[in-house]
Formats: sequence, C-alpha cells, structure tokens
Amino acid sequence: MCMELNFEHLQSAHCENGVTRSLLKNIGVHQITEPLAFGVGAGLFFVYIPLIKINNGPVIAFRTMPGLIFKRTCKALGIQVVRKKFSSKEQAEVFLNECLASGHPVGCQVGVYYLPYFPKEYRFHFNAHNLIVYGKVDDKYLVSDPVMENVATLSSYELERVRFAKGVLAPKGQIYYPKAAVIVTEDQIKKAIISGIKKNVYNMLHIPVPIVGVKGISYTGNKIKKWRDKLGLKQAGLYLAQLVRMQEEIGTGGGGFRYIYGAFLQEAYTYHPIDDLLEISKKFTNSGDLWRTAAVQAAGIYKGRVGSQEDFNVMGDYLLEIAEMEQQAFKALSKINWRS
Amino acid sequence: MKKEDVPQDLSSLGSITKEVCYATDNSGKYVTELSRGWDIKITALEAAWQDIEGRIEAARRKVLNKESSPLLFFIERGLMDIGILADYTGFWKWQIKRHLKPAVFKNLSNKKLQRYAEVFNVSVDDFKNMNVHGT
Repeated sequence: MCMELNFEHLQSAHCENGVTRSLLKNIGVHQITEPLAFGVGAGLFFVYIPLIKINNGPVIAFRTMPGLIFKRTCKALGIQVVRKKFSSKEQAEVFLNECLASGHPVGCQVGVYYLPYFPKEYRFHFNAHNLIVYGKVDDKYLVSDPVMENVATLSSYELERVRFAKGVLAPKGQIYYPKAAVIVTEDQIKKAIISGIKKNVYNMLHIPVPIVGVKGISYTGNKIKKWRDKLGLKQAGLYLAQLVRMQEEIGTGGGGFRYIYGAFLQEAYTYHPIDDLLEISKKFTNSGDLWRTAAVQAAGIYKGRVGSQEDFNVMGDYLLEIAEMEQQAFKALSKINWRS
Repeated sequence: MKKEDVPQDLSSLGSITKEVCYATDNSGKYVTELSRGWDIKITALEAAWQDIEGRIEAARRKVLNKESSPLLFFIERGLMDIGILADYTGFWKWQIKRHLKPAVFKNLSNKKLQRYAEVFNVSVDDFKNMNVHGT
C-alpha cells in the first residue's frame, strides 16, 4: 500500500486541539484555530485526585478529559463524527487502512510510552496523546503529531504498539474523524463560542465536588501546605514537580492552558465584540502568570534550594490566590450579556 | 506572559522539537511563540527521573541480593507497576507477583520469558541476566 493523502501538518501547543483543528481544516472548516477549538470544546479545567496515583504522584489535570475537546467542538459546529475502539489489533489496522483508502486522515489516541520519536525522558505511561495518520508508504504510516514541528513516520508495529498502550485511559486503538465535509457558518461559530464558555463556567464553578474547578484549586492549595509534614520533604518535592509538569509540559501552551484560554477569549471578541471579553482575557493572562510564579516557587522546593514550612505556605497561598482570580474571571464570563 | 519572556532554556525535547507557547505581544494581543524549553520544567522532569533512578538502583540491589527476580528491575526501569505489566503481558497480577520470586523465576519457560522480554524491549538472555545496553 502506498498512499499519501493531501494533508497539511500544523503545529499546535496541545495535541487534541491540534488534531481537532487539522482534521476540521481538512474537511474545509478553516475558521477553527487552536484557541477556538480549546474554548469551544470547553477545554479549561482543574482536578486534583489524591487517591489515584500516576507515576507515584497524585493525578492533577489542567484540562478536560481526553477526547472531549474534539467531541464538543464537532458537536457544537454540527459536524458528525466517526469514532471507534477495538478489541482486536488486526481489526484496528484494517479499519485504519480503510479510512486512509477512502481519503480520511484520522485522529488516533495513543500512549507515549513506546512512541519512538519522543525523547526517552518524556516517555511515561501517558495514554491521552493524540496524533493524525494521513497516509502509508510501504510499511511506514505517515504521522502528523501536532506537538511536533515536523511530521514523522511509524512502522505498523510501532503504531500498533502505541494505539494499544496499556494502563490508565488505555486508548484501545481509538480512532476518530469528522464524517464528511461541511460548511460552518459564522453564526454557528458564534453560538458554539457561547455554549463553550457556558460549559466551561459550569465545569469550573458549579460541579459539586471539592476537588474540581476553582474549588479544586483552593483544595489543592490547602493540601500543599500539609504536604511537608504528611509526606516528608522529598516526596512533597516530587508531588510539586508532578504539579509543575502537568501544568507546563508539552501541550499546555504555558500556564496550565490559561494562556490558550486568554487567546480564545480574544478570538471570541472578534465574533462577539463585547469589551468584557478582552478584560476577562487579561484576567486569564494574570492567572497563567501566577501559575508560572507558583511553578518557580515549587522548583525552589524540588531543587532543594528552599524547603521550610513557610515555603510550602507561600506555595499553597499562590493556589488560593489563583482560585480567587479564576473564580472572578468565570463569574464575569457567566454574566456576559451575549445579545448586546 | 509576554512574548519576549517565553523561556528558551534548551531541554531534551527542545533539541528534537520546539513547543508552541501562547504569549502576548506589545499591544496585548495573543500570538504564538516557539520555546526550546524552560529551566523550571527541565528540573521538574529531572526530579522525577532522579526518583526513578533511585528506585531502579534499589531494585538492582535486591536482585543481586537474591531478594527478588530480575523482573523487579525491569518493572522499575520500565516505569511500570504490576497492573500495567499485567495488561501488557496478559499475565495475571498474582502470576507476576510469583515471578518476582527468584526461585519461581528460575524455572520460567522460554515462552513466558519471551512475553516479558518483548514488553521490556530486550532479549530473553538480557532479561534473565538483568543486562541493559546503553539507554
């Protein structure tokens, strides 16, 4: 088999935003930028799950569950999606080849543990990565990984391995793509922006669980103050390192996705010229900046430069301040009068 | 974050690809800027790896002291736990726990060793003898 679909590789900050943007562009929906995909998909989130451990640290996420950004964005724009998971590796490859043969570049959920073009230091058992397969030449699949500057190739064995990675959120060969080309109107995008913002306001302010949203941020801030006594300095440092990695590592665009959200609100303004959107965008920029200031404080601790209880208090207080800022920002978003 | 403040500290990823960051320009408008890495997250990753290296070393010592089979060493080196390894190999967790005992490990069939070796990307011989080449 030898085929290469007409497909333009675009680099993005975050893999799922990037896959969404590229697959939509490929069916003729050119308007959806990375920030729009992220905002319409209500991507901004926070959750801290103390009981589940990943890589010996707590689960901390700054964005919504994997898969939801693509799903919500397509739904909001009236785009039908094909999505499939597989129990059989053979069937997964047959289906992939059929998609390519019928001219569809496809999104694949993969684990990064066996992903050969990632540097070894980054290859943890992390299964929520996304990439696009857009062709096959001999035994090499052509891969557009949105976080990479350049395209890559994977042998069928390599691709099978990452599509069937195991562990938390195992991808089970998951494949997805927009079913057919559509025309998306400006009016649809305007509505999608509003519904995306409303969804995000709900997720950050109103989910009645203490570990989620802005409440989750202050919950984590209070926990951090106790980490030193509870875990010991070394383990507490490792937990903070985990927090920083989730916040800043490949795909967040910096500041735990808060900058991408700020960019989204600026783009939302071009569709809905309401001055509040620009003001609230600045609040998210400030929040992202404070997340990064907190990361510098955390680094002081995990590098062993500082480590007194007072240093943990300062760290925890940063999160409390961030929670307050983001609460105000989302409240302001919830009060926007979209008709004006 | 301002565009000119996007950090450019070379990370191991940075030598393969730069990352897209979002930052504001002079007029306050969001733009994208490529970053080669940030010292703060480089050291976060290093802290995680130092911890892992420590656990690999501890496992190596246990294997050399015959307190555990080489499987423990490869589990730590592979950043695995018994649950993930069970998923990858198709063994039950209780089987893996048994295989961690040197006496049981010694009598494992070549076929079972092969299942482990493939998951750990090593040869059966290297698996049995706790050999690793390069990285």
